[in-house]
Amino acid sequence: MTDPLVKVTDLAVSFPAGDGFVRAVDGLSFELAPGGALALVGESGSGKSTVAYGLLGLHRSTGAEATGEVRVAGHDVLAADEAELRRVRGGVAAMVFQDPLSSLDPYQAIGDQIAEVHRVHRRGTTRRAARARAVEVLDRVGIPDASRRARSRPHEFSGGMRQRALIAMALACEPRLLVADEPTTALDVTVQAQILGLLRELRAETGMGLILVTHDLGVAADSVDELLVMKDGRAVERGAVRKVLDAPGEDYTRALLAAVPRMNVRRPGARPAKADDAVLLEATGLTREFGRGKRAVTAVDQVSLTVRAGETVGVVGESGSGKTTLGRMLVRLLEPTGGELRYRGRDIGGLKESGLRPFRAELQMVFQDPVSSLNPRRSIGESIADPLRVAGKLTDAEIAARVRELLERVGLDPGAYHRYPHEFSGGQRQRVGIARALAPEPRLIVCDEPVSALDVTTQAQVVKLLGELQRDLGLALVFIAHDLAVVRQVSDRLVVMRGGRIVEEGPADSVYENPRHPYTQGLLAAVPRLEREEAAA
Amino acid sequence: MSLYFLRRALGAVLVLLAISVVIYATFYVAPGDPAKLACGPRCNPEQLRQVREQLSLDDPVYLQYWHFLQGVFVGHDYSTGTGVMHCDAPCFGLSYQNDQQVTELIAQRLPATLSLAAGAMALTLLLGIGTGLLSVVRRGGVVERALTWLTLAGIATPVFISGLALLMVFCAYLEWLPFPSYVALTDDPEQWAWNMLLPWVALALLESSKYARMTRSSMLETLAEDHVRTFRAYGVSERAIVGRHALRGAVAPVIAMAAVDFGSMVGGTMLTETMFGLPGVGQLLVHSVQTVDLPVVVAIVMVIGAAVVIANIIGDVLYAAADRRVALR
Repeated sequence: MTDPLVKVTDLAVSFPAGDGFVRAVDGLSFELAPGGALALVGESGSGKSTVAYGLLGLHRSTGAEATGEVRVAGHDVLAADEAELRRVRGGVAAMVFQDPLSSLDPYQAIGDQIAEVHRVHRRGTTRRAARARAVEVLDRVGIPDASRRARSRPHEFSGGMRQRALIAMALACEPRLLVADEPTTALDVTVQAQILGLLRELRAETGMGLILVTHDLGVAADSVDELLVMKDGRAVERGAVRKVLDAPGEDYTRALLAAVPRMNVRRPGARPAKADDAVLLEATGLTREFGRGKRAVTAVDQVSLTVRAGETVGVVGESGSGKTTLGRMLVRLLEPTGGELRYRGRDIGGLKESGLRPFRAELQMVFQDPVSSLNPRRSIGESIADPLRVAGKLTDAEIAARVRELLERVGLDPGAYHRYPHEFSGGQRQRVGIARALAPEPRLIVCDEPVSALDVTTQAQVVKLLGELQRDLGLALVFIAHDLAVVRQVSDRLVVMRGGRIVEEGPADSVYENPRHPYTQGLLAAVPRLEREEAAA
Repeated sequence: MSLYFLRRALGAVLVLLAISVVIYATFYVAPGDPAKLACGPRCNPEQLRQVREQLSLDDPVYLQYWHFLQGVFVGHDYSTGTGVMHCDAPCFGLSYQNDQQVTELIAQRLPATLSLAAGAMALTLLLGIGTGLLSVVRRGGVVERALTWLTLAGIATPVFISGLALLMVFCAYLEWLPFPSYVALTDDPEQWAWNMLLPWVALALLESSKYARMTRSSMLETLAEDHVRTFRAYGVSERAIVGRHALRGAVAPVIAMAAVDFGSMVGGTMLTETMFGLPGVGQLLVHSVQTVDLPVVVAIVMVIGAAVVIANIIGDVLYAAADRRVALR
């Protein structure tokens, strides 16, 4: 039997934190055969990225301590000196990072960056030959007009093209192993599908091994042969990808799989809006432009949309489709530059701040990032109390009682009033955000990517909470997200946006099951599936 | 771009006007009789009256300020008793000490000050960025710790100590250099450089410490960015990373600060000038303050203000040139 390409034995990595150390990886062992593909999956904090960095010895400059053994193509990474490590990095094992914009030097042409890496590992290559190689690999990863685009700087590339360029950099030195850390997390689904397809092709063509780090089981299912499920720095389960997904042996794996939103699961109790439901919000030809003159960009273009009391309208689209701009206009955080916006019959589209004040309490918003949308220097109780204080109708004691009630309603300890945002996990912080939106007793809440920063299990809990709240309080929700499966779980009606316009609209089930617009069809087809039968369909 | 400069130039003029109001108010309206100062200690009431008239000191304050502005923008005529002396724009009046035009006085002193500032700034950047980078490349070692202490010592040592030490060692004891005496660049470039060497070094030792620390922290920040991690992950050596991928982003704020510091050096190096006997603007300022020569003080403060404001604009432009992500608006 041939030697394994990667052999990790009893790896432990600790980071200094406060007085002591935090174990990010604890007693992990695994192997990867040459040309094999393994995905490390797990929720945030499971240590999966730390393992990926350890494979290239990248933990060294971070103050982390690593014990155990890591062998990559025979090199002992933990014991290697700097010179050997530099030969391994890029030459034997190359890495692709999550955020393709910040991972490239903003000042230099992309071709030059690839050529530089090539020359590090192929000593004696002339500059001209290295440039030619850069163009060759850029062409291979599907950058059109590669010889010209090699001279572009990263900001002139789209997100997908940047990730292709990073993969090209990895290819430049013909490594035996590709380590990809969440390579598609920052990308839209259609682009994600292209990048995953490219990785599959390149593996087949070059025979290189792949270690894929991802939180998305769907991405893993499509791309690798084996899965390693991690939790708290340890391996929970390992096996062939189909076996782990179809017949998981561990409870944690089962829980993780159960939490993954499925495209074919309908909203429990979904109901088509009835004509006699009161129309809450009505947008007609709503338009928003940014900038002036020649540089004007139309983010939302002539969008007409109706939200009825008690229904959930899902808004999906890729980045740049205008869905966030639309959401902000619906609650009038942003002023439309054209069209009409009516709330319960009153035109609120052109109202100034003072005129909007009576409506502010009834139109609320929940934001994507639960970290930055809460003031870190105010206790969560005060943050939730703010909208009540502004309203000025309740006494201090009544406000405190109402905040405790709200905390309990969103599933938090009412005694947490005086605690600060950093003491909470991401999911708990999002609950705080929801409690704050509920405080002034709104009729409509616009949720802008409320769960996209959360792990799947937390995601499922927050989605469930939103569904319950809506039913109990009779709220109308506008749920904006790029994740089609999540949107399906909460929506009665669905709106698909592209380039600032609505391309398709209808009851959620009929849009998901019988998409009419080719764009919607492409979008749905690009979503990675967990189940085999679905993937075959 | 040209619109940007137009807007900044307009802003600069407004800032300078505001400075002039404050300065004018402070020096002319504050207690003390300018006429007595201008007239001198042995002054009889008749002479005092003449001086008041000549300087229009009996006019209301706003009118006086208006005349001051007129002088700056279009020039001013002074009666000298026997005839009329014209003072071209920008006219900041006449020195109380010797009736020389203030503009001329300053113009005589500028070359020495600019020589000192330019040379010292060049040396400061070389030393400061150099040691800053060295302490980053050798971080965690003895070299870094030594440099940290040295730069701290540099910041803490006033120029009259380091300057004196330099003079004693190189001029008195080793006799490698002559005691500095100012030679104009246009007269003899070689002698100019030799004579400026010690003042440059003295000033640069003080200033470069600040730059070394700034370069170091800015570099460490840049090295923590994602794109630097990419090149580490591809086996690019630390030296190449620092030189090719981090330097440009890291020195951008340093260069921007250098431009501003250069502006303040034009007026603010009196200690070094006095120490080395350089006939510069700083010395003139010290002398004018001692003798309460108000027109000169006001003019020098305006020059310093103008230099800082202009340097600030240049600093912003340099920053934007180094960091493409910054747009000039």
